[in-house]
Amino acid sequence: MIKLLVFIVVVLAVIAIAQIVRIAELVSVLNRRDEEEIVREKDNKTNAVLMIAFLVGELFFMLYQVVKYKKFLLPEPASIHGVQTDNLLWVNFAVITAVFLVTQVLLFYYAYKYQFNKKEKATFYPDNHKLETIWTVIPTIVLVVLIVYGLKTWNNITAPPPAEALSIEIFGKQFDWTIRYSGTDNTLGKANVRLITDVNGLGMDTTDAHGANDIITKELHLPVNKTIEFSFRSIDVIHSAYLPHFRVQMNVVPGMITHFHFVPTITTEQMRKITHNEKFDYVLLCNKVCGVAHFNMKMKVVVESEQEYEKWLKSQKTFAQLNPSENSNTKGIDTEKSDSLKVKPATDHM
Amino acid sequence: MQHQEHTLAGHHDDHGHHDDHDHHDQSFISKYIFSTDHKMISKQFLVTAIFMALIAMFMSVIFRLQLGFPDHKFPFLEHTIGHWGKDGKLDPGFYLALVTIHGTIMVFFVLTGGLSGTFSNLLIPLQVGARDMASGFLNMLSYWFFFASCCVMMSSLFVESGPASGGWTIYPPLSALPQAIAGSGTGMTLWLVSMVLFIGSSLLGGINYICTVLNLRTKGMSMTRLPLTIWAFFVTAILGVLSFPVLFSAALLLLFDRSMGTSFYLSDIFIGGQALPQTGGSPILFQHLFWFLGHPEVYIVLLPALGLTSEIIATNSRKPIFGYKAMIGSILVIGLLSFIVWGHHMFITGMNPFLGSVFVFTTLLVAIPSAVKVFNYIATLWKGNIVFTPAMLFAIGLVSFFITGGLTGIILADSALDINIHDTYFVVAHFHIVMGSSAIFGMFAGIYHWFPKMFGRLMNKKMGYVHFWLTIVSVYGVFFPMHFLGLAGVPRRYYANTAYEGFDSLTNINSMISVFAIIGAVAQFIFVFNFFYSMYRGRKTVTNPWRSNTLEWTTPVEHIHGNWPGEIPTVHRWPYDYSKPGADDDFIPQVVPYSQTQNSNLAGEGS
Repeated sequence: MIKLLVFIVVVLAVIAIAQIVRIAELVSVLNRRDEEEIVREKDNKTNAVLMIAFLVGELFFMLYQVVKYKKFLLPEPASIHGVQTDNLLWVNFAVITAVFLVTQVLLFYYAYKYQFNKKEKATFYPDNHKLETIWTVIPTIVLVVLIVYGLKTWNNITAPPPAEALSIEIFGKQFDWTIRYSGTDNTLGKANVRLITDVNGLGMDTTDAHGANDIITKELHLPVNKTIEFSFRSIDVIHSAYLPHFRVQMNVVPGMITHFHFVPTITTEQMRKITHNEKFDYVLLCNKVCGVAHFNMKMKVVVESEQEYEKWLKSQKTFAQLNPSENSNTKGIDTEKSDSLKVKPATDHM
Repeated sequence: MQHQEHTLAGHHDDHGHHDDHDHHDQSFISKYIFSTDHKMISKQFLVTAIFMALIAMFMSVIFRLQLGFPDHKFPFLEHTIGHWGKDGKLDPGFYLALVTIHGTIMVFFVLTGGLSGTFSNLLIPLQVGARDMASGFLNMLSYWFFFASCCVMMSSLFVESGPASGGWTIYPPLSALPQAIAGSGTGMTLWLVSMVLFIGSSLLGGINYICTVLNLRTKGMSMTRLPLTIWAFFVTAILGVLSFPVLFSAALLLLFDRSMGTSFYLSDIFIGGQALPQTGGSPILFQHLFWFLGHPEVYIVLLPALGLTSEIIATNSRKPIFGYKAMIGSILVIGLLSFIVWGHHMFITGMNPFLGSVFVFTTLLVAIPSAVKVFNYIATLWKGNIVFTPAMLFAIGLVSFFITGGLTGIILADSALDINIHDTYFVVAHFHIVMGSSAIFGMFAGIYHWFPKMFGRLMNKKMGYVHFWLTIVSVYGVFFPMHFLGLAGVPRRYYANTAYEGFDSLTNINSMISVFAIIGAVAQFIFVFNFFYSMYRGRKTVTNPWRSNTLEWTTPVEHIHGNWPGEIPTVHRWPYDYSKPGADDDFIPQVVPYSQTQNSNLAGEGS
């Protein structure tokens, strides 16, 4: 019944508006307005003034937002390359803000300044090769600088990691993360989805001795100032491992192993002081839609001194300690090909 | 207008003869439903697109309510979306379905089908001087494929397991496995079927547009005398014909993976308690295929809007478009580049970093022709005599968005920067401004400008002004703050930002965005009302209401088959002779020969 009433009210409202508009239009016809001009002079003027009002209002609104939200913008970069990409970002922002201001101001100012005037005629000005060359060449030069700067940063970030980089697997499935440390040999054991069981959720290959000292945890601890090389693995859909404070993100793709390496530079404790937030914690988020609970797929990340990290790691049990029976008879097996964990190198997917 | 009377007078004798032929009785079905007349088909596309856009907009309001006011309950949801809005709370699964279908409808059904379908159909024959499209029958099929596609997509809303919900980019394995998300069941099948129909529609339309532009131009209409609208539609159609088949192949392989056990995109998957037999496939292959369409698609959406804007800005500035040849050049360069930049959607998929570098380079090149276009628009306004019709306002709004959104593209195109902002709200802000809002503003501009050509009546200007100002303010109010969310690291497609305490302080931004979104949505009803009201009750138009040069304004207000009574006019000049020094009036239509304008001819003209 209420639905019907709402419906009737809406219909009547539309009819009423239609009648009011109709009357307004008939009145303007009777007054013989806007017959000669495309747009009435008064309306044209109003819109021209609104152009300037909008420009000013919009710029102030943007400035207000920048000031108000500045503290949320780009959290303090907590990695070496994070500082580099942030610098690159600020250079880019400086360039685009300048272009933004010049072009927007010209656009709305010209719209206002050259509003219709009965006595004037527009200037017939179809082209000017010199001007066009200038505004083709200048953006090109600016872009070349940005491209070179950007690619230099990109090449630094994606260069192969040093051999001593700490190898850690981030394992994603709907809807949680699991971490696998590579243990004393710094080599991750092989794994295969076909080996997954209730007790072996990661599908660890028990015939691979490298896996025996792997440590599986539900918290990501990282030693500060050490190169970390993440290997990412998914067993169901695509996830994306996103650590915003470290400026780290890499997709986690089923059927292939992806990698990202970086150096965290600020411990959780230090970051709590920097952010004046006692409860601050780094976070690992999922940033590729992966299902209904996508927004809840996260993990706490702790960055600590190397001693603290070692201490924490020692308190965790290795895969062999947790699964003594499965692993007992595999100690002697040849492990030459163990790094075939990298089922498919990323380069296959060019 | 005087000029026009002159030229039409020449054909006056033919009128009587043609009237019999043109005004033959048509049944309701052949006139309004299975019409082969390009003008009617364009109206069919437009009305369908407006309907679809309203649905997609309503969806966005629902998920904005959730994002802006996560703690509130909205009882109306229970009445509108049933068990997906139980107790006034949006279901997280249906949230994903809403963002997916919102994106799909807006990108494909509104800004591709709706924009190209409406304006390519309306303007190509009218502006090149043709009686109709090269094939009226294919054109009719194109609409009915589109309509069928819309129906299938809408039907997926009524499936028990819900519509497709893996995002409009439908990345497998999520979209391939019903075990992964309910929407990947029947809903996803319907999505794919709908998309296949849509691709069919798009190809039928595209081939027709290309043929018509190449073959059916009237006497004197050389390629360099075409209005920029036609150049934009022409290049758009070529992009569509080259890229949509790739989406078709991507969809086909996905259908195989879903229903026939193939492993094109699937490998090493363990889900629902068991390992799947598929092995050897690559989900990344799908992304390559998808974005090989997906990126040109951005320009399929944007170029027609830029074309419409070029025409509207020139007409209402009463000035020639600045750098006509450079504008054509930049359309062509943008079209070409759009095919070699798709990898910038995939920097962090594990793609080889060197390949990423190549895509950075090609992507940033796009900024050059785009910058040229912006500078040329601004130069066109300079020393103009600007008439603020609602269409002109929307065209200026488009340029503003094109700048704002284009500039953030420079940041996203940089792979090193993309690492941190990929898939965050920064991306959402970028493409909604540069592609979504620009293109929809181009479409609004086109509707206000060519409404008299479609319906023989003018839209109400006052309502147009209110619509414009409310809309531009809300668009900036919605999308500008999203940049901040993105830089703070908020991922897109999150049902709620409760997972991480660091995002709690951003709730205010989200509430503000939602308020602007609702204002923007309400403002669209002014447009919808104006549109349907003016269709029947608007003021009757004169033949050339905007005092424009192009050919469509030489056709009679009353629609007739074949567009012109009597002979098709001959074209004598380019379309932008506005405010030519020495001319009597501030415009000289394309049909006026140089011999009639001795006073205003430049050196080399009319000799």
